[in-house]
Amino acid sequence: MINELLQYNFIINSFLAAVFASISCGIIGTYIVTRRMVFLSGGITHASFGGIGIGYFFGFNPVFSAAAFAVLSALGVEFLSKRTDVREDSVIGILWSFGMAVGIIFIFITPGYVPNLMTYLFGSILTVSELDVWLMLGLVLVLIFFFTFFYRLILFVAYDQNFARTHKITVDLFNYVLISLVALTIVLNIKVVGIILVISLLTIPQSTANLFSKNFRNIILLSIVIGLVGVFTGLLFSYKINIPSGAAIIFSLVIFFVLAKVFQAIGRRSILRTKTKKTFV
Amino acid sequence: MSKIVELKSVFAGYNNEIILNDVSFEIFDDDFIGIIGPNGGGKTTLLNVILGLIKPVKGSIEFFGDSDANKNNKIGYLPQINQIDKKFPISVCDVVLSGLIYSSGIFYKHPKEDRIKVRETLERLGICELCDKPIGELSGGQMQKVLLARAIVSSPRLLILDEPNTFVDNKFEGELYEILVQLNKEMAIIIVSHDIGTISAYVKTIACVNRGLHYHKSNKISEQQLASYNCPIKLITHGEVPHTVLKTHNHSF
Repeated sequence: MINELLQYNFIINSFLAAVFASISCGIIGTYIVTRRMVFLSGGITHASFGGIGIGYFFGFNPVFSAAAFAVLSALGVEFLSKRTDVREDSVIGILWSFGMAVGIIFIFITPGYVPNLMTYLFGSILTVSELDVWLMLGLVLVLIFFFTFFYRLILFVAYDQNFARTHKITVDLFNYVLISLVALTIVLNIKVVGIILVISLLTIPQSTANLFSKNFRNIILLSIVIGLVGVFTGLLFSYKINIPSGAAIIFSLVIFFVLAKVFQAIGRRSILRTKTKKTFV
Repeated sequence: MSKIVELKSVFAGYNNEIILNDVSFEIFDDDFIGIIGPNGGGKTTLLNVILGLIKPVKGSIEFFGDSDANKNNKIGYLPQINQIDKKFPISVCDVVLSGLIYSSGIFYKHPKEDRIKVRETLERLGICELCDKPIGELSGGQMQKVLLARAIVSSPRLLILDEPNTFVDNKFEGELYEILVQLNKEMAIIIVSHDIGTISAYVKTIACVNRGLHYHKSNKISEQQLASYNCPIKLITHGEVPHTVLKTHNHSF
């Protein structure tokens, strides 16, 4: 009986985690993709591993140290990128590897066996805890609030920062807030697909959505739907043929992207054909 | 004719490198100024100082007339087109609407009049049908018009254009200048161009920016004058048909 209930709970947790991951990544991913911040996001993702190592070593929940580590490194990159004498992508590269190195060192010197390390690297949606789910829910609510009420501001600043500056918008503050939200989204979704794969949830649904829409808001909504379908298809595969859930999710997301691309190409060709037919008739 | 902006011995630049050296400059409300000068000479830096994007290291910039002349909607700005991400998922209407962000209310909601203003501005530039198009589908000339619409939708007192004639064909360029001449009846215009040949036919005065600034209060400028300004640029002659003569230029700084 207790066993059954336990099973029930973790299924519920992972179901909710999948939904929240699709929503948060759908929103933040659209911002990342349209601002061309994918590499920066990769850097933040890997840097957060340093926080995970520190969390293990000092014996507290790695999610919190990873969040602190990720937000601080994101703010650091954002701060440095304002200087024109610094190459932003090099800074990201340094941060990327430094975070990983810190993580490896702390995990190495942590006495005894480190449980669940692999869940952070490759993700394991079935081990998502109740606390994780609550944190993800909080993030989703913050993102929905922020992207609903500040939608115009986000759109305008993301489109043309300099123009926004000439209209006396505090672009720097805006960028710091947004990059912090990016970092938090990344960290809270690491459990679902893992450090190595989290960037996929932030880019593949958006790229698929962008094939069908050129509207910022619609790309967000479509990304969420595509993310949901992809995550649940992946989980189904993962269960049916017994492969790691994170990899299965990415695999199905890419399949959807390729299918969408093919459909689009066929659609275009048939439009062209009907057009040429008309001109000939 | 009233003064709207005055720069007094401004020094400005980036990261400790001074690019503008002791620049003094006045802009009046009926001005149509062409800014010319070599690459790296400080044209964009000068614009950035006027736009408030960078602060002068030394010297002052002052705005006259409306007490809030340096705020929000009083300066319209058309940036270089290569600074704009053409793949960004945004529609023409939304781009133009962003020129009115100062008038949006709580949570950046726009009143209805703003959307009417957007329509009117697009109509004025003859691109009303583009309103709902994503910017990725526009040609270079259409994109410039959209950016111009964004710059003037707020009815600014000063319009600043940074190289609006790049990536556009000659037909569009002529069209653009005609529009600017019309706009000049309502606002002062500063236009930066590497090509003095075409702009000199439309602007009223010419300023050459090459670290310092030489203000030439006419649109006729001679080879000798340019040489004395230390301004290595294309030369023009005036006549029935405007044409350009390239002059090789030895020049050290």
